[in-house]
Amino acid sequence: MTFADLGTYQATKPEDVKIWFKASEVSRFPKNGGACIKYKDKQIAVFNFTRIGKWYACQNLCPHKMEMVLSRGMIGEEGENPKIACPLHKNTFSLETGENINGNLEAIATYPVKIEDNFVYVGFSE
Amino acid sequence: MKTILVIGNGMVGYKFCEKFMAQERKSEFNVIVFGEEPRVAYDRVHLSEYFENEDEEKLMLAPRSWYEENNITIYTNERVTDIHKVNKTITTLSEKTFSYDYLVLATGSAPFVPPIQGVDKKGVFVYRTIEDLEETMAFAKKIKGGKAAVLGGGLLGLEAAKAVKDMGLEPHVVEFAPRLMPRQLDDDGSAALESKMKELGITVHLNKATQQILGNGSIEGMEFLENEKLDVEMLIISAGIRPRDELAKTCNLEMGIRGGIVVDNTMRTSDPSIFAIGEVALYNQMIYGLVAPGYEMAQVAVDQILGNETRMSASVDMSTKLKLIGVDVASFGNPFATEEEAHAIVFENKLGGLYKRINVSKDGKTLLGGILVGEADDYNMLLQLYQNKMALPENPEDLILGARGGEGAAMGNVMDLPDEAVVCSCESVTKGAICCSVIDDGNESVKSVAKATKATTGCGGCKPMVADLVMESLKSLGKTVKVRICEHFDYSRQELYDIVKLREIKDYDELLDTVGNGNGCEVCKPAVAAIFASVYNETANKQETIQDSNDRYLANIQRNGTYSVVPRVAGGEITPKQLIAMGRIAQKYDLYTKITGGQRIDMFGAKLHELPLIWEELIAEGFETGQAYGKSLRTVKSCVGSTWCRYGMDESVSFAIEIENRYKGIRSPHKMKGGVSGCIRECAEARCKDFGFIAVEGGWNVYVCGNGGANPKHAELFAEKVDKETAVKYIDRFLMYYIKTAPPLIRTAAWLEKLEGGITYLKNVVINDSLGIAEELDKEMQNYADTYKCEWKEAVETPEIRSRYTHFINSDETDSNIEYVDLRGQKMPKAWA
Ligand code: SRM
Ligand SMILES: Cc1cc2nc3c(=O)[nH]c(=O)nc-3n(C[C@H](O)[C@H](O)[C@H](O)COP(=O)(O)OP(=O)(O)OC[C@H]3O[C@@H](n4cnc5c(N)ncnc54)[C@H](O)[C@@H]3O)c2cc1C
Ligand code: SF4
Ligand code: FES
Repeated sequence: MTFADLGTYQATKPEDVKIWFKASEVSRFPKNGGACIKYKDKQIAVFNFTRIGKWYACQNLCPHKMEMVLSRGMIGEEGENPKIACPLHKNTFSLETGENINGNLEAIATYPVKIEDNFVYVGFSE
Repeated sequence: MKTILVIGNGMVGYKFCEKFMAQERKSEFNVIVFGEEPRVAYDRVHLSEYFENEDEEKLMLAPRSWYEENNITIYTNERVTDIHKVNKTITTLSEKTFSYDYLVLATGSAPFVPPIQGVDKKGVFVYRTIEDLEETMAFAKKIKGGKAAVLGGGLLGLEAAKAVKDMGLEPHVVEFAPRLMPRQLDDDGSAALESKMKELGITVHLNKATQQILGNGSIEGMEFLENEKLDVEMLIISAGIRPRDELAKTCNLEMGIRGGIVVDNTMRTSDPSIFAIGEVALYNQMIYGLVAPGYEMAQVAVDQILGNETRMSASVDMSTKLKLIGVDVASFGNPFATEEEAHAIVFENKLGGLYKRINVSKDGKTLLGGILVGEADDYNMLLQLYQNKMALPENPEDLILGARGGEGAAMGNVMDLPDEAVVCSCESVTKGAICCSVIDDGNESVKSVAKATKATTGCGGCKPMVADLVMESLKSLGKTVKVRICEHFDYSRQELYDIVKLREIKDYDELLDTVGNGNGCEVCKPAVAAIFASVYNETANKQETIQDSNDRYLANIQRNGTYSVVPRVAGGEITPKQLIAMGRIAQKYDLYTKITGGQRIDMFGAKLHELPLIWEELIAEGFETGQAYGKSLRTVKSCVGSTWCRYGMDESVSFAIEIENRYKGIRSPHKMKGGVSGCIRECAEARCKDFGFIAVEGGWNVYVCGNGGANPKHAELFAEKVDKETAVKYIDRFLMYYIKTAPPLIRTAAWLEKLEGGITYLKNVVINDSLGIAEELDKEMQNYADTYKCEWKEAVETPEIRSRYTHFINSDETDSNIEYVDLRGQKMPKAWA
C-alpha cells in the first residue's frame, strides 16, 4: 500500500449510503472489540462497542504506516469521544469522525453500521 | 498602531511573538514575521527526534493557525535582504517592502563550515534544519551500513554522532582539540566520555586536523596527515556556528570583530529602533548558542518595546547537559576552576566510565562548578546549589559520592531551595512559581503545571526536579499524591490490584462499573488485564479485547501486521530433535528465523490465520508458548556452567531451567528476565536481569533489579552464598511483592528506585518479613507455579478462541497488502515508505 491508496477509502455519511453490505452475524464480532471484513477491494474494520451499545466501522488501513491493522486495535474513549488505538504505534482515531486524536495524521474514513436480524450491515456509497 | 517586524521565525523569534501576545497592550501593535524556512518555527533543540519519528508536527512550536488567531501576519519562505535604517523599511527577496517602527532581528546562526578542500563534495552535510536532516537521511539510506563521520566533538557533534548511529551507519567523531566537548570537560572527563562512546559503538578521533575531503564527486574519506586517512562515505559538519548577521551589514549596524550584532542590555543594536535577540546577538562580546539566554533576550525586547525597564542579566549561565545520546554528561558553572580558585573533588571509576568533579570554593562553603560524566542524576540539584550559592554539606564530597552510612540525602530536599531559584532555565520559571502553581492555583500534575508555567517545555532537562517539586508541594498540602492510571480510574495500579482482590471483581466491565468512569481506553485496559492475570492467574484468552494487541493474539505484531512466534526454550537448552522440528515448521510456513538475544529462536512473518496452525504443530512437538508478547517472564538466560565448563562452580543450566519453568506464565507490571551464571565470570549476564543467580564458593549469590534496555542498570546484591532453596524463596517473595506494588510498565529497577528505603527496605520485607506478609507471598507464588497452563495450547484446542485468528471474518482470503523482499536468502517486510 502506498499513500495514494488512502484515496480508496472515502468517509460515507448515513444519508449517502447506496448499498448496505451484509457483513456477518453479530456473534462473529468480539464484545468491545473489532474484526475485519472485506467489501470489494476494501478492508473495513468493524467495532462492536458493547459497553455503549454502538457499532462503528472504519478503514482497516492505518494512515501512519499504511498497514492493514486497525481492526486488531483496542477501542476506548477519550472524554466522550469513542476511539480506536492502532496496534502498531498506538495512534488514536475518533470512531465518529475519523480524525487522528493524538496527532496530525490523515483522518480515517468511517462508515455507518446497522444491525438487522442479528446481522451486521455496513453502508457504502458505491 | 505601531508596526513591529520580526525577522527570523526560529526558536527565539517565535518566543518573542509568544511573549508579546501574552501582553495586554498587544492590540496597539501590528506584528509581521518573516521566516526564510518553508515552515513555521519548530523546536530545533529536539531536532534529533526527527530521525526517530519523522514527525514534523511534533516539533512545531505552534501551528500556523496560532499566528492567524493572534493576528500575526507571517511570511514563510521569505528572506529579508535589506534594511533601510533611514526610512525605516525593509525589503525581501521577492522585492516586497515593509515599513516598521520597531525591527527585531532574530535571524539566528548558521553552521560554520571550515574552508577545507573538498567540503562541497556530495555526502557532506550540516545539522541545523529539518531539510538538513531529510537530505542526510536520504543519503544515509543509499550508503546503508556504511561509515560516517561527524566533524566536531562538541555537544551538537555528539548528538549528531548518535543520530548517525541510529541511521544504521558506523559512527566516527573527528575532533581537532585533544578532548571531547572541549568547552565543557577537562581531560579526565573527556576520557571517561570517550570510553562511554566506545561502549555505544562510536569511535572517537582526537587531535585530528582535517586537511582535505577525499573522493571523486562523493566523499570517500578524510585526510588528516599525509598518511593518515579515515575512509567514510558521509560527513556531518558540526564545527560551531556563525551568527547570521548579513542584514547588519546592509545598514551599518555595529558588529563584533568575529561577527554578531552588538546589543546592550536592553537588546538594542546601535540603532535604537532595531533590536537583536537569540543567536545573532552579540552580548557581553559573546554569542550564546543556547535557547535559555535567547528566551530571556526575547522577554527583554518585548518589555523594552512596551517601555518597561527589564534588562538582560549581567552574566549568562552556560551550564549544559547533553541529551539523547545514551550517556549522561553535564557541566556547570566553572568546570575548570584552577587550584588557586578552588578545591577540586574528583570521583573516578575508569572501569565504569564514571567521572565526577566538583569545584568547591577555598572556604569550602560554595560550589563553583563541576563536571559529571557517566551519571548525571544529580545535575539539577548541583546546578541549584551552584546558582543559588547555597551552603554545602559538611563533607562536600558527599555531593558526588552520596551520603555514606546513615539516612538523609547529602543533596538536601528540593523544598530547601530558595523561592527565587530558577528551576527551568529555558523559560525562567522559579521554584516559587512552580510551588505556587500547585499550592495556590490547584495544578496537581506536572502536565498542568507545565501548561500554566511553561516549565519543562524547553529542553525538558528540569522535568525530574519539577516532578519532585509538584509532589512535595502536594505533600505539604496534606494531599496524598494521586497517581491515577488514566481518566477512567482515579486509582493507582496497586489500589486497583487491591480492589480487584478484596472485592473479588471478576472482569473489566465490572471493575469499570464499580469504581471507574466512562468506558475505558488503551491505557487502563491492558493495565487492568495484567491485574486480573496476576490476581486470578487467568490467561490472556479470557478477556481478549482488553489485552494489548500482542497479548490478544498471543504473538508480537511486526511492522507489516504479521506476527512472530517464539516457543519457550527454558534456560536456552534445546535438543537436536527440537531444533529439527522447529526448522521443519519454520520452513513449511516460510518464516524468517533468527536466534534472539534471549537464547531462543524467533520465527517471523506468520500471518494471523497461520498462528494456530503453527502452534498446533509446535505443541505436538512438545513446545510451549514463550510469552515473548506478554508482560511476563521472558527468559532465564544461562551459561553452560559446571556440567561442561572448566570454571563452573555449580549447575547453572539446571537452575535456569528450573526457575524459568517456575515463573513462566506469570503476568507482571512489566516484563521480567532472569539469568544464572556458573561463576563470577558471569557469562549469563545475570546482573543485567530483574533477578539473577551467580554460583560462588559456598552457594549462590542472589541479585535483583537489573536490566539492559534503554537505561541499563546493574542488579544489586541481595543475598550472598545462600543455598538454592533459599535463593528461590527470596526471588519468589521479591517477584510477588513487585507484582503487587509496582505501577504499570515499570520494571524492577525503576520500581526499586522509587521504593522508599530502597534495597535495605526490600531486604527487610523479603528476608526479615518486616511487613508480616512473607507467608502470603510464598503461598501466592506457589499457587502460580501449580496452576500454570500454556495459553497457546488453550487457544488451539478451544474452537471459540481459535476462530479469532482470521484476517477477514466474511472471507477466507488473506491480507493482500503484505509484501516481502529478499534478505540473505530469507525474507523481510518491504520497507515503509
Ligand atoms: C526478538 C528480540 C530481539 C532479537 O532478535 O534478539 C527482541 C525483540 C523485541 N524486544 Fe527486546 N528483544 C529481545 C531481547 C531483548 C534483550 C536481551 C535479553 O533479554 O537478554 C533486551 C535487554 C535486556 C532487558 O530487557 O533488560 C531487550 C530489551 C527490550 C526493551 C527495553 C526494556 C527496558 O527495560 O528498557 C524493550 C521495550 C519494552 O519492553 O518496553 C524491548 C521490546 C522488544 C519488542 C517486544 C518490541 C516490540 O514491541 O515489538 C521486540 C519484539 C519481539 C518480537 O516481535 O518477537 N526489548 N530485548 C529478543 C527476544 C528475546 C526472547 O527470546 O524473548
Ligand atoms: C541539533 C541541535 C540541538 C540543539 N540542542 C540544544 C540544547 O539541548 N539546548 C539548547 O539550549 N540549545 C540547543 N540548540 C541550540 C538552539 O536550537 C538555538 O540556540 C536556537 O534555535 C536559537 O534560536 P534563534 O531563533 O536565535 O535561531 P534559529 O532557531 O536558527 O532561528 C533563526 C531563523 O531565522 C531565519 N532567518 C535567518 N536569516 C533570515 C532572513 N534574512 N530573513 C528571514 N529569515 C531569516 C532562519 O532561517 C531561521 O529559521 C540546538 C541546536 C541544534 C541545531
Ligand atoms: S560463567 Fe563460569 S561456568 Fe559459566 S561459562 Fe563462564 S566460566 Fe563457565
Ligand atoms: S501503523 Fe498505525 S500507528 Fe503506526
